[in-house]
Amino acid sequence: MSDYIIKVENLVKRFGELVAVDHINFQVARGEIFGFLGPNGAGKTTTINILCTLSKPTSGQAIVNGFDVVRQQSQVRQSIGLVFQDSSLDERLSGLQNLRFHALVYSVPASIREQRIEQVLRMMELWDKRNSTVRTYSGGMKRRLELARGLLHYPKVLFLDEPTLGLDPQTRNRLWEYILELRKHEGTTIFLTTHYMDEADNAERIAVMDYGKIVAMDTPQKLKRTVSKDIISVKTDNDDRAAEEIRRRYQIETKRDNNELTFEVASGEKFLPTFIKEFTTKILSVSLRHPSLDDVFLKLTGREIREEETSNTLKTTAHQHSHRFQH
Amino acid sequence: MKNLRAVYIIWYRDMLRLWHDKIRLVGAIALPLLFLVVFGIGLTSKMGALGPGVNFTQFMFPGIIGMTVLMSSFMSGVSVVWDREFGFLKEVLVAPINRTSVAVGKTLGAATVAMIQGTIVLLFAPLTGVSLSPGTVLMLLPLMFLLAFSMGAFGVLLATRIKTMEAFQAVMPMLTFPMIFLSGVFFPLEGIPSWMSILTKINPATYGIITIRQIALGTTSGTTFGLNLFGHTMSLWNNVGVLATFGVVMILLAMQSFSRQE
Ligand SMILES: Nc1ncnc2c1ncn2[C@@H]1O[C@H](COP(=O)(O)OP(=O)(O)OP(=O)(O)O)[C@@H](O)[C@H]1O
Ligand SMILES: [Mg+2]
Repeated sequence: MSDYIIKVENLVKRFGELVAVDHINFQVARGEIFGFLGPNGAGKTTTINILCTLSKPTSGQAIVNGFDVVRQQSQVRQSIGLVFQDSSLDERLSGLQNLRFHALVYSVPASIREQRIEQVLRMMELWDKRNSTVRTYSGGMKRRLELARGLLHYPKVLFLDEPTLGLDPQTRNRLWEYILELRKHEGTTIFLTTHYMDEADNAERIAVMDYGKIVAMDTPQKLKRTVSKDIISVKTDNDDRAAEEIRRRYQIETKRDNNELTFEVASGEKFLPTFIKEFTTKILSVSLRHPSLDDVFLKLTGREIREEETSNTLKTTAHQHSHRFQH
Repeated sequence: MKNLRAVYIIWYRDMLRLWHDKIRLVGAIALPLLFLVVFGIGLTSKMGALGPGVNFTQFMFPGIIGMTVLMSSFMSGVSVVWDREFGFLKEVLVAPINRTSVAVGKTLGAATVAMIQGTIVLLFAPLTGVSLSPGTVLMLLPLMFLLAFSMGAFGVLLATRIKTMEAFQAVMPMLTFPMIFLSGVFFPLEGIPSWMSILTKINPATYGIITIRQIALGTTSGTTFGLNLFGHTMSLWNNVGVLATFGVVMILLAMQSFSRQE
């Protein structure tokens, strides 16, 4: 069997005029945590819907766990688990009943069923609420129940569509601990969309999607490198002299703000030790900042570009992304 | 075996939902009883006998039972639309269970709820002066179930085709009311204008309603309260055959349509 558990080739999904997913290609390795980022409406959920057989692609091919998502739907469904972006609970049943339904449908063996249900409910701190009708849950509690349900059985691939939306920080942390455990012990592949960049940092690889296309795909570290280098800030007792010394020693121009000097280097960790040792101007303090995924995200999906475009009523002036519409 | 399990799981969910909303049982039998009381008291003395020893209340009662079963089952079948609206349908559609089993389980769930409601209404028989022997009840129950199953399947089929709440709200009254009014629940089908007669004969519910009536009132052997199709007086088994055919076609279409939906 191939090393890739998800393979997507030239996948397209049209809704009338709109091309929601526009010829995307990617692969996800077995046991990988794969992050799918992109602004609202980029096509992330649409892609997941195709991968989980809820919606048929207009063209192109997608393979999950070795099975074609159009021709081998039931095998694909056997292989996956999902937490949807929107609610998919039966609000008229209790939390416990929702989980039991799921356990039955996914054939969780009777011998471990109740124990598993208790485990996930306790993890999401819903055990005390288990017999209440879901209708009476708060928004975050519904979300937690949804997560508990998604984690109940052990799928080969777990799709999490903005799993932590509306969750408090403690629950988010606990969820992440669990996801990492799951990956370690069960080898589960995690396919995740999120708008929290600190969360996306947990992914081994990230694809950034915009207007239905994948605009970048790499490890978080490399993506950050492509956007900018590491940023060093130093405070010295003589900024003019320091700036001059940096220019002379490293051929780097510095910027001065808030009585600090900032400049960019390729790798801050490698640079700093020698810098501190050999620099002759007195250093008062020094700090290192890595570019964040926020920087990556902003640069790649260019918020300014999109705002400009949406304010244009004439489609022809939206040259930047006119490929998205068929003429 | 696995498919049977899936049918059972889907059916079981409907039972759980009914248990949570026991008030639904009251709601579903309140309307039939209201019809019985209001029309019964209002019209029975004015209408005289509609058949040998059968007054209007007695005539209407089996029809009301059929109506209860029909409406309840149809509505539950169509409730798949709500599952779609509230997202739960997604949980079912991505699950590793056969979708045709889901359609069957849903239909059986709808039929079971309808049977419970129909049976409760049946308990009011003594108050309407319809005397039912145990043998009659044993014949009525399977017939009610056949009607419930057919209508449930029809509902599920419809729900797989209706994607928006607006369409749902537009279509439902246009289907349910004609189906009930043109099935002989409230009046005998003899001596009505021919255009109306044609509509009643097209209406599949008619074959269930009149058969329930003929059994309940013990007129199966004669032509009283019967149906004449192309000059042929429909026997009990003829009517059951038409209803069963309708039911089989509906469940097959529902199964197919359910597997294909996105
Ligand atoms: N059923 C549908 N019919 C028509 N258009 C749709 C449908 N579903 C999605 N779209 C459109 O497809 C595009 C992509 O939507 P999608 O839900 O995949 O975005 P997303 O990346 O998940 O965004 P978000 O971060 O907001 O969840 C959007 O422009 C959306 O309006
Ligand atoms: Mg989405």
